[in-house]
Amino acid sequence: MAYAPTLSPDRVARTTCPYCGVGCQIELHTKGGVVYRVSAPFDAQPNQGKLCVKGRFGHDYLWHPDRLTVPLLRRNGQLVPVGWDEALGFVADRLAAIKSESGPGAIGALGGSRCTNEENYLMQKFARQVIGTHNVDNCARL
Amino acid sequence: MQAFGSGAMTNSIADIVEAKAILAIGTNTTEAHPVLSLQIKKAVRQHGASLIVADPRRIELVDFATVHLRLEAGTDLALLNGLAHIILNENLHDSAFITERTENFEAWKAVVDEYTPDRVSAITGVPVDDLVRAARIYGGARPASIFYCLGITEHTVGHQNVLALANLALLTGNLGIRGGGLNPIRGQNNVQGACDMGGLPNYYPGYQPVTDPAVREKMTAFYGVEQPPATPGLTMGELIQAAGEHRIRALYIMGENPMMSDPNTNHVRDCLEKLDLLIVQDLFLTETAALADVVFPAAAFAEKDGTFTNTERRVQRVRQVFDPPGEARADWQILCQLARRMGARGWDYTSPSEIMEEIAQITPPYGGIHYDRLEGDGLQWPCPSRDHNGTPILHVGKFPRGRGRFHPVHHQPAAELPDDEYPLMLTTGRILQHYHTGTMTRRVSGLNILAPEERAEINTLDAAELGIADGDWIRIASRRGVVTVRARVCERPRRGLVFMTFHFVEALSNVLTNNALDPIAKVPEYKVCAVKVERAYPPEDRTHA
Repeated sequence: MAYAPTLSPDRVARTTCPYCGVGCQIELHTKGGVVYRVSAPFDAQPNQGKLCVKGRFGHDYLWHPDRLTVPLLRRNGQLVPVGWDEALGFVADRLAAIKSESGPGAIGALGGSRCTNEENYLMQKFARQVIGTHNVDNCARL
Repeated sequence: MQAFGSGAMTNSIADIVEAKAILAIGTNTTEAHPVLSLQIKKAVRQHGASLIVADPRRIELVDFATVHLRLEAGTDLALLNGLAHIILNENLHDSAFITERTENFEAWKAVVDEYTPDRVSAITGVPVDDLVRAARIYGGARPASIFYCLGITEHTVGHQNVLALANLALLTGNLGIRGGGLNPIRGQNNVQGACDMGGLPNYYPGYQPVTDPAVREKMTAFYGVEQPPATPGLTMGELIQAAGEHRIRALYIMGENPMMSDPNTNHVRDCLEKLDLLIVQDLFLTETAALADVVFPAAAFAEKDGTFTNTERRVQRVRQVFDPPGEARADWQILCQLARRMGARGWDYTSPSEIMEEIAQITPPYGGIHYDRLEGDGLQWPCPSRDHNGTPILHVGKFPRGRGRFHPVHHQPAAELPDDEYPLMLTTGRILQHYHTGTMTRRVSGLNILAPEERAEINTLDAAELGIADGDWIRIASRRGVVTVRARVCERPRRGLVFMTFHFVEALSNVLTNNALDPIAKVPEYKVCAVKVERAYPPEDRTHA
């Protein structure tokens, strides 16, 4: 007998798989705040309904208890939870201090080939506009 | 890039099935890009394409191949020059294309003439008959496509390897046509986009060179801040090296884990520990984040809106389905908040679609990319304006640089070759069930049932000589470090070759790999280093050793 899903989803969201560079289109079927099924639209490029084991079953890490949920700041050698205000203020002050002491060339930034276009755009803008350096790269060379 | 003036997959995944011949070199497609490999299999099984696989290992794709060129790791240049030599000798090249659309053919041909089949066979270990068969298949079919991945680029001659592949495509006129092309398969989901967006020390968004005075002037006006001098910044490997020498004092890392992904792990740790300020933004406390002074908790792909650009230049939507856990925030929000804290102007975006509007303004290939146009199948760049429908195939009729240029390239041995002390060669790669440094997939229970631990592949004959049986614990040592891991004794690697992944922190190949860089592309030589292997006790029993 054909498999028929009996659970009705709260939402089916079309998005792009976060794993390899093929960029398969996936549909996340969610219920009660978790993904319980992943499908792929048959009429969509580039994967036309096909997925690999990671795209179909590889998303449980989203709810893993190891997820970071608060900013961490190193104090006396230990990373301790702090608020956003303190973490951002600390970084802004330290970057400004290093820039004025050693110049913008003493600061580097690595964008993420795991992050979105918009975020990578902002990372290079941050390096070039806010810091004032071309020291920005990503892991394309890996 | 240098050969045609553009760096991306020239063709589309959809037209793979139109190829009559496919050369897959340095790509273990079925494991690293599984869904793309289905198109290659379909081309072979349903459309009658002939497949040539060039790889030191007997990977799954070999089951679909007419010829397997099982070359010694790090001899790709000799192999590719050798194939070109045979294609020329057998008069299989496309003279009209060479005359009309290329330059520097004669100078290049003079070099290729030196790569006779006998000489190439001696360097690569591939029998002459297989070289001839492969050359006849690739040279004799139109259209023919080339697919390559990190097995080509992760060498000290990676840059020349790519040029050698471009030479082959130019020689046979396989550019600008459906089913043809030169197609790098990009590793991560958005490595193409990260490069397109100017996350590179030598380019602004859209590959606009930082060395071009007109570009610098334009960006100075656009950002409202005098732009840095017109010299490229440091690459990732150089940044880490410079950190070790106190030339870089602060490093801001967004969503990367160089402690596992970069070669020579012990050296990376030493360098990062010397930083005055290490900022890491990630989903988890990665091996790199554990060294940080500040860690920002980031949102995952399902917790934010945005776009990724795939290996065929297709810009596609990422959609928010959930809220980030706790106080985690999207990377774009964190960057905006930090920039505003530092007094910068122009950081008041309320959504990623507003950021894309700015990208479209100053990134010519993305000029026509707007969120309202990305429903359905997205758009393939170059897409310069709102009325442009995107570009499935590059270089139709013309290259961005005008004529395609032949680049003479010579075989050079890898930076570190086996010797008496380290007699085996190590190469690295991926497996299907895990992804990159395992930050995500090692936290997915189903995938860990399928692939719970690292297994170093070693050839049956080498294992027999060393007294190693399948499943035994072995110690693999290079000049840079030692790992203890279980062996998978099999026929997959060539004799003399050991294979490991970089997914498992407890047995990490990058402790062993060589951080020697390609002098131009600055890619480390992950694919070849010298190692020695011996039987070992399991890690928990080391006290008895």
